[in-house]
Amino acid sequence: MVQLSSTLLYIAFVLYLIATLFFGGAIRIKKKEGLDRWATLGIVVTIIGFIAQLGYFITRWIAAGHAPVSNLFEFTTFFGMMLVGAFIVIYFIYKTSLLGLFTLPIAILVIAYASMFPREISPLIPALQSDWLHIHVTTAAAGEAILAISFAAGLIYLIRVVDQSKSSKRTFWLEFVLFFLISTLGFVIVTTSFRVAGYEATFEWIDKNGKQDEMVYHMPALVGPHEGVLKTEGRMTPLIDMPAIINARKLNTVIWSLLSGFALYGLLRLVLRKRIAAALQPLVRNVNLDLVDEIGYRSVAIGFPVFTLGALIFAMIWAQIAWTRFWGWDPKEVWALITWLFYAAFLHLRLSKGWHGERSAWLAVIGFAIIMFNLVAVNLVIAGLHSYAGS
Amino acid sequence: MEQVKCECGHVNPIGTVLCEACGKPLEEVPMLLDMRYEGSARRSQTYNQTIVDKIWNFFSSVKVGIWLIVITLVASAIGTIYPQQMYIPPTVSPAEYYEQQYGWLGKWYYALGFHDLYSSWWYMLLIALIGVSLVICSLDRVVPLYRALNNQRVTRNEQFLQRQRLFSRAQATDYETALRHVVDKLTKRGYRIREENGNILAEKGRFSRWGPYVNHIGLIIFLIGAMLRFVPGMYVDENMWIREGEIKEIPGTKGKYFLENKKFIFEVYEKEKEKEAFQPAIDRVGSGMMAKNYQTDVVLYERVGPVVAGEEPKLKRIKSFSIRVNEPLKHDHYALYQVDFKLDELKNMSFHLTDKQTNKSFGTITIDLIQPEKEYDLGNGYKVQLLSYFPDFYFDENGNPNTRSKVPNNPAFVFKMFAPDRPKGEVSFTAIRQTIEPLGDNKYKMSFAGIETRNVSALTVRRDFTLWILGVGGAIFMIGLIQGMYWNHRRVWIQRINDEVLVAAHTNKNWFGLKKELEGIFNDTPFVMPIDQADKRS
Repeated sequence: MVQLSSTLLYIAFVLYLIATLFFGGAIRIKKKEGLDRWATLGIVVTIIGFIAQLGYFITRWIAAGHAPVSNLFEFTTFFGMMLVGAFIVIYFIYKTSLLGLFTLPIAILVIAYASMFPREISPLIPALQSDWLHIHVTTAAAGEAILAISFAAGLIYLIRVVDQSKSSKRTFWLEFVLFFLISTLGFVIVTTSFRVAGYEATFEWIDKNGKQDEMVYHMPALVGPHEGVLKTEGRMTPLIDMPAIINARKLNTVIWSLLSGFALYGLLRLVLRKRIAAALQPLVRNVNLDLVDEIGYRSVAIGFPVFTLGALIFAMIWAQIAWTRFWGWDPKEVWALITWLFYAAFLHLRLSKGWHGERSAWLAVIGFAIIMFNLVAVNLVIAGLHSYAGS
Repeated sequence: MEQVKCECGHVNPIGTVLCEACGKPLEEVPMLLDMRYEGSARRSQTYNQTIVDKIWNFFSSVKVGIWLIVITLVASAIGTIYPQQMYIPPTVSPAEYYEQQYGWLGKWYYALGFHDLYSSWWYMLLIALIGVSLVICSLDRVVPLYRALNNQRVTRNEQFLQRQRLFSRAQATDYETALRHVVDKLTKRGYRIREENGNILAEKGRFSRWGPYVNHIGLIIFLIGAMLRFVPGMYVDENMWIREGEIKEIPGTKGKYFLENKKFIFEVYEKEKEKEAFQPAIDRVGSGMMAKNYQTDVVLYERVGPVVAGEEPKLKRIKSFSIRVNEPLKHDHYALYQVDFKLDELKNMSFHLTDKQTNKSFGTITIDLIQPEKEYDLGNGYKVQLLSYFPDFYFDENGNPNTRSKVPNNPAFVFKMFAPDRPKGEVSFTAIRQTIEPLGDNKYKMSFAGIETRNVSALTVRRDFTLWILGVGGAIFMIGLIQGMYWNHRRVWIQRINDEVLVAAHTNKNWFGLKKELEGIFNDTPFVMPIDQADKRS
């Protein structure tokens, strides 16, 4: 069952890749009368991939006896699946294959990123032994995924409208967003490479309470732990030691991801000889801007209530049962509130202040950044009650 | 109150932009009408004289509301940089802790009060201002909007129609038949039709216009519920430590309820006992390293009869229950939660009274470490007096034995041992792995014979009368949100003016959906599908 589950996830991953190519094909081909074959193929493959991932989810649920949303790998994978699910729904409303070309790669990145974390099926600690685990986590992930569709739409909008003929703040920030996506890819590549190579370096170090401890790196240490002494022979010695309050291994991973991101980005720029967004612009040339703007708004309008229900209301009910209080200003809770406040501001700006089009698109990008921050940074960097999810 | 009369005869309140009845613009307005609040007369846009007007106008601005949201958002984010005071170890002083752990940034974090940000006066003020903004923004809009939608007439001013975003004009041929056909289709799609002199107003989903106001009411109720936490007596939040075998009054229940701890159970995931699928995960963290269950088996009692000081309470058993994480014991609005535990606290300690030379024992005493006896008689003239007892022993700054707490973490005793040949007794200070004989060489000693331990469980006692208000607020908020977000208010006007058919349509959002719907309605009729005039402009 466990093996079957992993295989299904792998199949889904590959199918999403193939579907992306089909959606790419749909853009290249000039629209003829009648059916667009490439787009149809794309959505069919996407749906099969989604079913395969659903199969992964169900078989893993059966194997574990609880819904597979209990650690960072499982949650993030589920978020990826919901992203694809939300895309399929939106596709059938608006029939835009371009959205697939942008949403699927994001979902692929999300799932690849997820699989960099421990993938074993873990039994549940007492705090997680509740039906609310399924209810709260799945609804929250679904809400975030629907909101994330607005990011894909926003990205399309920005790539289309930002003037690439001259360098400006807008071109810079757009490249910045794309650089971050590329860095995620860099993280996946670097982690996988060193994992395949079986890299391991053990350090002895002194933690902030002055106690000696051991830390194992799975990547060459660019930055070492506080007063770290390399114990494994033939491994790279760090360039610099970090103070004790900084988690040197995580920082090291971040540095590697950014470096590989820079390398990939630089390489792309060299090959393309222009900004990445400028290179992507021809793909979106024929897009109906009003429609893309509407898709972005629609996904926020649909996602916001789902997010409120899952990430705030269900969360409060469960917190009251498991942690004795419905709200405790835990970082994860606060960032859910921040996400909620942000999208509330988004909606008010749009409905009352008329922030449509490009402004709305930038907001969608910021919203996605907040969601990602809550998913990644709050689990891995800011310690709190939810950090067991990172394991 | 001043009023404005439109040429159609309808009397509008002053400040009205579009006549409530026929929609004719009463002021200079742009080519495409701003339909956001139906052009109704909002108090904030009309009066700006008194101080009340000015305050009203300030808070009725959505811009102000958005700023309040954004400031709250940024402040909330700052509060997550370092852990809040409630999450740092309770034994350390926050002033030192933040500096020690996070350096000079931590020092400033503490100095600026960010360590307790969410209960700071200014954070509360922000939330309160958002509340005020919610009320005033809503009132400023909902009343005139209701008036306008209630007073709207079927027949509209031509200007109103042609300045709608979706509009078409064509020659009227066979108007009546075509109109029947279109009305049929509109009805099938859920539009309610009003007819007046052969003109049509088709409308659906008007209730979605009230969505924002409903959800704001929900939010206000929620905020009121949150504020009630400051009212004394609205909620109880107590902690209790209870040992196995102990019966204790439940704090916060004013002596009404008692709890007995039958047993505390702590379980971990062990490799052999868990299913195949979990093996790799257990291997990674180590067998027995991961908690599986925290459970206190308890019996709940209620006191019967009046409270008499100094007298043992009479108890009536109510129920047995196993309190686990996620499964609190609930009774009479109280809830008892499993929150903490301590394994193997010392319960009894036993000693032999022995002769130091021969090692012969003259009997064994067992001391209850919570309620020790004063004297233990061993018969045959042997007895032991307990002169002093230090449950959590240490030497204080004067070098005297003392106790840190009443918890028997490190018990120490001052014994006086009596024997037939030592009628005056010998004094011995006995602690774990250490014996002091303050008055010289003793003949007898208390030799350690064994311990018994038991587990202690920590429970949180809660009763919260604000929960249902929060629940009602949350539910109303969700209903309003769904009402406003998942439905749209759509209107279609069809009107014949001088042998021409004018078709106009409006929706409060999702124009794409409206256009698709209209295509389906107008495709095989002589009427012309309305054209998006916003497209033409750009």
